[in-house]
Amino acid sequence: MSFNFSMVKTFKISKSVLLHLVIYAITIATVIPFIWMILTSVKNLNEIFIYPPKWLPSKFHFDNYVKAFEAAPFGRYYFNSIFVAVTVTIGQLFTCSLAAFVFARMKFKGRDILFYVFLGTMMIPYNVTMIPSFMVLYWLGWVNTYQALIVPGLASAFGVFLLRQFFITIPKELEEAAYIDGATKFGVLRRIILPLSKPALATLAIFTFMGVFNDFIWALIVINSEDMRTVQLGLSVFRDRYLTQWDLLMAGSVTAVLPILIVFFFAQKYFIRGITLSGLKE
Amino acid sequence: MSQTVTVIPNNEVAFTDTKIKRPFFNRRPGKKSDLPMALLFLSPTLIVFSAFILFPVIFSFYLSFQKWNMFGGKSTFVGLDNYISLFKNPDFWLVLKNTAIYTFATVPLNMVFSLMIAYALGKKIYGKKLLRTALFAPVVISPVAAAVIWRWLYDPNFGLINYFLGFLGIGAINWLNDPSAAMFALIIMGVWKTFGINMILFSAGLQAIPENYYEAARIDGAGPWARFRNITIPMLSPTIFFVTVMSMIGSFQVFDLVYVLTSGGPLGSTKVLVFYIYEYAFKYFQMGYASAASYVLFAILFAFTMIQIRYMKDKVYGAI
Repeated sequence: MSFNFSMVKTFKISKSVLLHLVIYAITIATVIPFIWMILTSVKNLNEIFIYPPKWLPSKFHFDNYVKAFEAAPFGRYYFNSIFVAVTVTIGQLFTCSLAAFVFARMKFKGRDILFYVFLGTMMIPYNVTMIPSFMVLYWLGWVNTYQALIVPGLASAFGVFLLRQFFITIPKELEEAAYIDGATKFGVLRRIILPLSKPALATLAIFTFMGVFNDFIWALIVINSEDMRTVQLGLSVFRDRYLTQWDLLMAGSVTAVLPILIVFFFAQKYFIRGITLSGLKE
Repeated sequence: MSQTVTVIPNNEVAFTDTKIKRPFFNRRPGKKSDLPMALLFLSPTLIVFSAFILFPVIFSFYLSFQKWNMFGGKSTFVGLDNYISLFKNPDFWLVLKNTAIYTFATVPLNMVFSLMIAYALGKKIYGKKLLRTALFAPVVISPVAAAVIWRWLYDPNFGLINYFLGFLGIGAINWLNDPSAAMFALIIMGVWKTFGINMILFSAGLQAIPENYYEAARIDGAGPWARFRNITIPMLSPTIFFVTVMSMIGSFQVFDLVYVLTSGGPLGSTKVLVFYIYEYAFKYFQMGYASAASYVLFAILFAFTMIQIRYMKDKVYGAI
């Protein structure tokens, strides 16, 4: 029997169809937890504790969100999380740009060694520093304050690394022209390098925001009063208290997850670029 | 013979065998040290760094040799006692075992799964961008929220997981209350949460492989598996190495997921190392003991990474 073109083509098409089916199935499976979370958050409890599970609610109970916000001050938690996340993000952009500029453009003895030492600290596991960091806060009297959540996040080896790698790629001629015209180092940074670095800055901003907003362990260690809690900490406490009230719990989860998902949806390429950048060899 | 010559501002003097007095900022012709400016620019980072990274690392090491409960005032020097009691404590070994199980299960599963998906996404697929977004979404949400959601999914009576298992003819599993099942629950959720990152990294690595290698192999009659084994994997080995190291380091330090999903239970079957450290530091306030444990964690991670780097020298394409 001879192999004719249409047989090969059918084989190729069915391989492709199979591939599509499998990939779509996996993707749907990955996304089901989100869908289930959203659906459960608008159901009544009696439609939640049902077997076999019912997918769509018969009536949309948006008041679950109202109830959740009444049971715990999610509004306040939200404010705390966003305030801290935005402050740290802006702060990090500031400090990391300055530091990255030093390692990318300034010359002094030991510059490269210092940079690699700096990078090396990224390898230190978080818990080695978390206990004494807490003590530093305690000695400063900053326990349970905004400073405690913000200040430690203002320096980032990762941020310095990311920006420095980017700054290096900017052609030096632009700065040299500026120096000839009498610009200061800071002026060059502000007017030339930073405007050209918007993609890198955006990537760093997104990662920082995500990291701070999603942080849990540091808030757990440092915060001990209800009005200072972040969304993540609040959600965890909420779960402890309302263990089986899945309608409220899911509403709370949606609240914790929504900002990040929105940011992610609009800024996907920065997330992806950030990950790829951190994985590429120098 | 030595002369002292004061240099005129243009730095044009070149008596290389004489001692020339130069102004501080211009020690060598054409070579200006930016150090003062650099220090200024670095200052915010350096200050935060010194307070919250440099000092803690050193102090933590010092603490690991002390017995201290932080609020009681003085600390007592106990030498290696903390480390000794750590290694003598069966709880510690249990915790190490749990952490190792979690890591050595999650990392390979994660890598195989994400590589397969990255490979598939490299082919012609409709809706690729949407798929990639959806597959990456679990990474972006907070571990706390993820764990709350999965707690509900894992509910033995009403959860979706057992519901779907029912379709496959498998009976309901008491995921979070059965000590032998809880670790599986954690692992599955862990893979779900993190495979997106590796998928992106592998996608980037796969794209970097030149197409003509595959074409040449095809012409020589190599089948898809042979092509995968002899071209894809070797060319991808730097990425595989990077992904392995980063995944191991990350998995070994898992905390948020465990705290919210199982709180280390049931019966300590999911208690991991960072959880142990957290408890001893902030629940029992034994700062010295906890610091010792965190340095053991540090040492383990360091050793792992060193071993992998050593291994990489022979196996990874284009390695150092």
